[in-house]
Amino acid sequence: MKAAKIKEAIIDILSDIAPDEELGELKEDVAFAEQLELDSMDFLDIVMELRKRYRIQIPEEDYTELASMSSTVKYLEPLMQDIAKA
Amino acid sequence: MYDTIIIGAGMSGLAAGIRLAHFDQKVCILERHSAIGGLNSFYRQGGRNYDVGLHAITNFTPKGTRRGPLARLLRQLRFAWDELSLAPQLGSEVAFPGVRLKFSNDFELFESEVERHFPRQSDNLRRLVAKLVDYEQLGQGDTEPSARQVIGDLIDDPLLVEMILCPLLFYSGAREHDMNFDQFSMMFRSIFLEGLARPFSGVRLILKKMLRRFKELGGELRLRTGVERIHVKAGAVEKVVLEDGSELAARHVLSSAGWPETMRMCDDARLLDDEPSSGRLSFTESISVLDAQPQALGHDRTIVFFNDSEDFRYRKPEELADVRSGVVCSPNNFLYDEPFDGESLDGKPLDGKPLDGKLLDEGIIRITTLANYDRWAALDEESYRLAKLRWYDRVVDSAVRFVPDFRSTVIETDMFTPTTIRRYTGHHNGAVYGSAKKRYDGKTHLENLYICGTDQGLVGIIGSIVSGIGIANKYLLKG
Repeated sequence: MKAAKIKEAIIDILSDIAPDEELGELKEDVAFAEQLELDSMDFLDIVMELRKRYRIQIPEEDYTELASMSSTVKYLEPLMQDIAKA
Repeated sequence: MYDTIIIGAGMSGLAAGIRLAHFDQKVCILERHSAIGGLNSFYRQGGRNYDVGLHAITNFTPKGTRRGPLARLLRQLRFAWDELSLAPQLGSEVAFPGVRLKFSNDFELFESEVERHFPRQSDNLRRLVAKLVDYEQLGQGDTEPSARQVIGDLIDDPLLVEMILCPLLFYSGAREHDMNFDQFSMMFRSIFLEGLARPFSGVRLILKKMLRRFKELGGELRLRTGVERIHVKAGAVEKVVLEDGSELAARHVLSSAGWPETMRMCDDARLLDDEPSSGRLSFTESISVLDAQPQALGHDRTIVFFNDSEDFRYRKPEELADVRSGVVCSPNNFLYDEPFDGESLDGKPLDGKPLDGKLLDEGIIRITTLANYDRWAALDEESYRLAKLRWYDRVVDSAVRFVPDFRSTVIETDMFTPTTIRRYTGHHNGAVYGSAKKRYDGKTHLENLYICGTDQGLVGIIGSIVSGIGIANKYLLKG
């Protein structure tokens, strides 16, 4: 999956986890935590949805890589090379 | 083999089940009773639907609120705010001799009431709120710091201290007389800062929606399936033995049956020195069905917490019940928009008749008082029946000093006691708020057995749901 599709996949997940949020205006390089009202449980859900939908395992020590959209996409690109978007 | 077996199909068990099933675990919920709900259940009698347990949900925040426990649990369970059909309270009050403090889902009302009746305490109340508003997490200790102590340092009118503690104790107090400040912060927020609400068709709407979601996600529920024992091997649960003798295996077990209740199921029954004993506090609830709407009788309060002296004694009573204080709830007194929310309980479209026809046509008054489990349990069948009749009268007699006298309109009554609670939930001593000592981390002496619900530390409908979600997230979904 290329970067653009990965971004879409993340937006899909976010809209599932936080249906009330305005995701159209999401800034790529700003931390999710600063733009969205997500708490630690919601962040954990991002990781778990990735595992559920795409079977990717993300170790706990890497959770900080998922801080913003751009850092998340960058982190996931190598892991999602051979995966098609759900 | 299951990924997780959950003991108990109450609010916390169902919430945990949804989380686990959503993330593709093979989950089975075992419920000993013939109905779901546990401490927040429902039943049908004489053609009427009744709620057991809490009168309203706490932590009510309006649609669109992003913060707070209600918003959080809706996100975690993937429910839209509208799905719970929550109607806010009309308004409640704390009634002590000579003083009534009104409160509603708008905290400003309570502030202005305090300003009116306790003018010297207004600033102190502000300081108290500032102190507790940032408390998010539950602490580690059970008794330190004491809520009474912390509040007493800020509010120097003892009557106001009692009046603030009264609702919070009645709606969460597992321990006599006091609670720790963490719990106080949570409960103050739940009841005063946020608020109270109720779905039109009651608690059962929430339960049925949760069950439906759980099943849609592939979760399995077995009713009338009590656990006989938890078989332990090498420091872990090896299998769960059911009352009918059959055995189930799972990688993890999550129990919402209560801490002492769960420990007693484990067959490595070693006597733990720090084994917390079962809770001491239980209640009676006297339900009156009226052929009039409470508002027609001049009663528009959603909840009235009453006490007939300046000291609020929140203790296990000597007698069968303590009628000096109580909680009067009228399920009619919520702001229901429409007579019904358009959806029937089993998903079939309504035929134009209100689901809860009885609730619309009739008024309901429910009165809760502290009660002594041992005294009720010692009664033989006939004495028990007579005691309920006698004590219903005494409870209502006491309550009508604080709410309009509705007795001439009563067409039906029901009463449940601590033994009723014990019978239907299995919780020892009918302890609605569980043991005084909580297991905040949800862990047990076994590596794959966890607890959630009332004894994990969070009580009430919202608390239990958050507990089930929290423990499932923490131990059963990671890694």
